Amino acid sequence: MSIIEDVREIIASHGKLPVDVATLADDADLYAAGLSSFASVQLMLALEERFDIEFPETMLNRKTFASIGAISSAVAELAPQERVA
Amino acid sequence: MDMQSSLLDRLLAAGLLIDTGIDGLYGRSGAFEDVIARFEKLIDVHAPADARPEVIRFPPGMNRTHFEGSGYMKSFPQLAGTVHSFCGCELDHANLLQCIAEGGDWTEGQKATDVVLTPAACYPLYPVIAKRGPLPEGGGLFDLQSYCFRHEPSKDPARMQLFRMREFVRMGTPDQVTEFREDWMERGQALISAVGLDVELDTANDPFFGRAGKMMGNSQREQKLKFELLIPVTSSAKKTACLSFNYHQDHFGTTWGLTTHDGATAHTACVGFGLERIALALFARHGLETADWPADVRKALWG
Repeated sequence: MSIIEDVREIIASHGKLPVDVATLADDADLYAAGLSSFASVQLMLALEERFDIEFPETMLNRKTFASIGAISSAVAELAPQERVA
Repeated sequence: MDMQSSLLDRLLAAGLLIDTGIDGLYGRSGAFEDVIARFEKLIDVHAPADARPEVIRFPPGMNRTHFEGSGYMKSFPQLAGTVHSFCGCELDHANLLQCIAEGGDWTEGQKATDVVLTPAACYPLYPVIAKRGPLPEGGGLFDLQSYCFRHEPSKDPARMQLFRMREFVRMGTPDQVTEFREDWMERGQALISAVGLDVELDTANDPFFGRAGKMMGNSQREQKLKFELLIPVTSSAKKTACLSFNYHQDHFGTTWGLTTHDGATAHTACVGFGLERIALALFARHGLETADWPADVRKALWG
């Protein structure tokens, strides 16, 4: 499974979005789609657990979690190489 | 001696604050209270004349169910104070007395009551207003003041554990509440300038707990949801937030089912005045003897 598919699945289960994640493009604005501050925190924690990563403080901002594509890039940057492969 | 302990020491020596043996828990003298009372009157003078807020005074404790519903424990578990009481039988009481006599931890058997110490003056308000039903067409405006508790013992006199917060809270459409906040950012600066204090307006974030909190704080800053008026109190380099202007978006509206007259989820905003911090800033700037304060400051406060 690719990172982006994993990310979509985690958003579906932790993002508490009022819309179906499948209808969102990779670059769609998740905040505009209804992602709340609290849900973005839960999403962040779920991503860390699934990919065994820790977001550094510099990445703990809205931009990192703004879209499925942005989240996937951040995860790819932080995930151990063998897991990305 | 650092600046913080020196201001605290001077306030204690002058009798303006009275030591209780606990950092951040002080008695206040008549002179200190007079400054707070006069400043509160000045807030009224600077408030919009035609606004007519509903005045409500809650005690410094709130309904525990409302506290739980507010989500405060998600964000600030380290600051909350809960009220516990003895709920045992006579035997439990005898054991309690023995434990105290032996210097043991007698608080272990204390049970949580239905009361939690109020963390911010506006927290008890939202569920109470939501229970009334939809807001009237013009939205809602409320005038609050309460002692608030935050568990953060410190030698910094500007960081008390029990302090008073005066607040105006606006509820309504996004336009109504953001207009209210903009208006008070102007009024707040004029108010503080009127008592001879330097002000600086800056974006800010609340001290959310942990790494998740870091993200909440960054998000709050990026969206400019919180502004603070910073005033020198213990240090002119590291200023203290004495007023804050907060836009909660639909957070409390969603949490409590608070709606506008036409059924939309209400947005809320508040302006909060840290009354002790403002008094401390005045004493730090103008001296510990109010009779010696500059004439224009005395005129603004005492007329």
